[in-house]
Amino acid sequence: MTEVLLDAQDVTVRHGQLVALHEVCLHVAPGEVFAVVGANGAGKSTLLRTLAGLHPTPGRISFDGEDVTTESAHGRVRRGIVMVPEGRRLFRSLSVEENIRIGQVNARPGSWDVAACYDLFAWMGKRRHERVSHLSGGEQQQVAIARALVANPRLLLLDEISLGLAPVIVQQIYRVLPTLLEQGISILLVEQDVAQALRVANRFQCLLEGRTTLQGTSADYTAQDVEAAYFGFASKDAS
Amino acid sequence: MSEQTELDKTESMAPPPPTRRIRRSTRASRWAIAPGVVGLVVLAYLPYLVSPNSTTTLVDFFILLTLGMTWNLLAGYAGLVSVGQQAYIGVGAYAVLWLAQHGLEPFVALPVAAVFCAVVAMPLSWLVFRLRGGYFAIGTWVVAEVLSLLTIRDSSLGGGTGTNLPGLDGFDPVVLGAYTYWAALSVAVLTLIACYVVLRSRVGLALTAVRDDERAARAVGVLVPRAKRIVYLIAALGGGGAGALLAISQLNVQPNNVYGVQWSAYMIFVVLIGGIGTLEGPIIGTIVFFTLQQTLANQGAWYLIILGSLAVFMAVWIRQGLWGPLDRWGLRLFPVGYRVLGARSERT
Amino acid sequence: MIWINAIVQGLLLGGLFALFACGLSLLFGVLGIINLAHGDLAVLGAYVAVALLPSVHSNALWALLFVPPMFAIFGYVSQRTLLQRSMDSGPLTTLLVTFGLSVVLQNALQEGFSADSHSLSVGSLVTKAFHPDSSISISYLRLGILVAAVIILVAVQLFLGGTSTGRQIRALSDDVEAASIVGINTRHVAGIAAGIAFLTVAIAGLADGMYAQFAPTSGSQLLLFGFEAVIIGGLGSLWGTLLGGCVLGLAQTIGAQVDPTIGVLVAHLVFLAILAVRPSGLMPAAVEA
Repeated sequence: MTEVLLDAQDVTVRHGQLVALHEVCLHVAPGEVFAVVGANGAGKSTLLRTLAGLHPTPGRISFDGEDVTTESAHGRVRRGIVMVPEGRRLFRSLSVEENIRIGQVNARPGSWDVAACYDLFAWMGKRRHERVSHLSGGEQQQVAIARALVANPRLLLLDEISLGLAPVIVQQIYRVLPTLLEQGISILLVEQDVAQALRVANRFQCLLEGRTTLQGTSADYTAQDVEAAYFGFASKDAS
Repeated sequence: MSEQTELDKTESMAPPPPTRRIRRSTRASRWAIAPGVVGLVVLAYLPYLVSPNSTTTLVDFFILLTLGMTWNLLAGYAGLVSVGQQAYIGVGAYAVLWLAQHGLEPFVALPVAAVFCAVVAMPLSWLVFRLRGGYFAIGTWVVAEVLSLLTIRDSSLGGGTGTNLPGLDGFDPVVLGAYTYWAALSVAVLTLIACYVVLRSRVGLALTAVRDDERAARAVGVLVPRAKRIVYLIAALGGGGAGALLAISQLNVQPNNVYGVQWSAYMIFVVLIGGIGTLEGPIIGTIVFFTLQQTLANQGAWYLIILGSLAVFMAVWIRQGLWGPLDRWGLRLFPVGYRVLGARSERT
Repeated sequence: MIWINAIVQGLLLGGLFALFACGLSLLFGVLGIINLAHGDLAVLGAYVAVALLPSVHSNALWALLFVPPMFAIFGYVSQRTLLQRSMDSGPLTTLLVTFGLSVVLQNALQEGFSADSHSLSVGSLVTKAFHPDSSISISYLRLGILVAAVIILVAVQLFLGGTSTGRQIRALSDDVEAASIVGINTRHVAGIAAGIAFLTVAIAGLADGMYAQFAPTSGSQLLLFGFEAVIIGGLGSLWGTLLGGCVLGLAQTIGAQVDPTIGVLVAHLVFLAILAVRPSGLMPAAVEA
């Protein structure tokens, strides 16, 4: 068993009477890309948000061997768990550069800074003082990623970064991931586009109605297996 | 072909689906009817049983109860948090004063004043509904202030210092006290009935939807502005009635008293402590308020400090008030909810 | 010329309203809190000065040194304890909580200091004025308050725009959740915003106390004008608040010039008129959802 960076056990989240996640377990190893797939409402975003610290959960989340289950969201950033949220969620009243800088308030020491982001995303430096509302969806997504990078994360949580973007733009964004991996950042991503997710991920997990239906590497399963797990056609022996 | 016959057979062999009935009352509400009627009769007989001092205190109780019930309707059901209901208390009191000065007997003037308040509330509702949330609250307060300032300008109504209410000098004090008491009891009971009728009706169902999620309610076709306006008018009626009662029971109308924002404070405390969003809540809240007020009568403003702190505490930590937990368990004395019988029980 | 004087006095009065409304605007714009106790907090500031100044004749300007910092801490603590909890419960709750606190404050002040009026002495400053014209009188005190209001508004704007904490406050007002996941300690930053708001209200309360008499119930009037200034100016805009304050001040003084008894009434009517015609205010920075 390789060393584990993030280990989540029995993550359960309720929204009122609705059970969004039921005893979900997963682990991410250092240096790998882990994908969580599933249909709308399966609980993928809820899982990521819980790992980021937005929802409390019974069960246990440990990062680098330490228990972070009750750690606040901003505390987790300090430890190296940083999320790029669904829908980008950039700050409207801040400029591009201010949005990136704000990611540094609780950053870990490291090599990522604003200048490094401008190197990674060539267009950004020239437009740093613009309001983020003037940017296209793809550009906003890149700013959101930059905002997360300057915190020098060890584990980057990417929540549906392809949502609402043209395929060409999505490819542009995904091309950045290998650079991040080289720098020692592990990635946990959520994707509705299963094919895209399996292309980049080492290992993946499929959720349906808050439960795990499939888990492993893409080599282990056929497309049919994944489809069945995604839609719930398979018998419910994995939960 | 044979498959179809198989299906027909299976259908005819299945038991008929259980019929669902919808019942409005709960066991508690049915049990509450008899004691409720008895209680009402006792209250009506009270002037013959107790001293005039007690009935005077109860007049104040009924005034506050009326106000609490209307504020609960506004805030707890329609989501309209107003801190300006004193506008209608003031208008109601001054309407009675004006009518009395022009020869109408004050007890007859009472309903007229209440209706007048509802009439005044119509155009005002258009104005204040342009604001939401806290800004609606401020708007209602400003409206009350403006009405107060406008009223003060008329010296025949007493100006800034107030004046006495004419027309009741011929009454024997004890008899006057009794009439005032019955008037107050009637206003409170009528307000309770009005709230009950509204909540039981389609408007009530609409309001519950608005309370839960206004945008969703609009999206499914609930006439939100109309429902809110109805509630606002009822609150104006109740406020006007309360104001008229104030004028009659105090035999004097003073602007700082009837237009004062302290009335909003009292209404809010009563509802927060008793339980917002239930009919029983304001009743409990008024009882607590009065008990505290009477107990600490000699300690100046301490009862207000305690009530205020209690209300704040309730608002944050016990949001459903004192009645709330009982309501959760289904204890409802007023049958305004819905129960589907024959299915897993769900309450609104 | 008397009309010019009325305009001048209106602008000076607007300074006081704007100073008071600055905190309101901050609490609402950043934290979404409608603070119905704001007026009473200002009056509390004045009473704290009364209690702590060595004698009735001490110059209240000294109070500016210790009352505002006390209030800044008080604001931070209130936010971290009570206000945060009620915010978590919803906007309705916060409104009711601050209203309840307002009543408690007013009555507690009444129990502590009696219902009598007080005022804060600033020695001879209260009567010093200069006269550009025989009918125009510009009081040094009132001018000082206007200048202070502008300085404080500028300072707050610079703070929000230029410092890291200021950026965090702006981020917080945009999106609380996103703020927490980028590493902002949202509760702490909310506390700082409240601390700044309470600091400004203390200054406003002291200014009001130097300028006019105050009593435990004075807070209500101030609160109404403060909110009217914020609403007239437009939610979310600090400069709008200054504009709103001046509009109200002008309405009051010009109205009083016509008839001394209708000044306050005219101000309220102007507010209602603007409300009827343009509910989003004169300079809205954000569109209300």
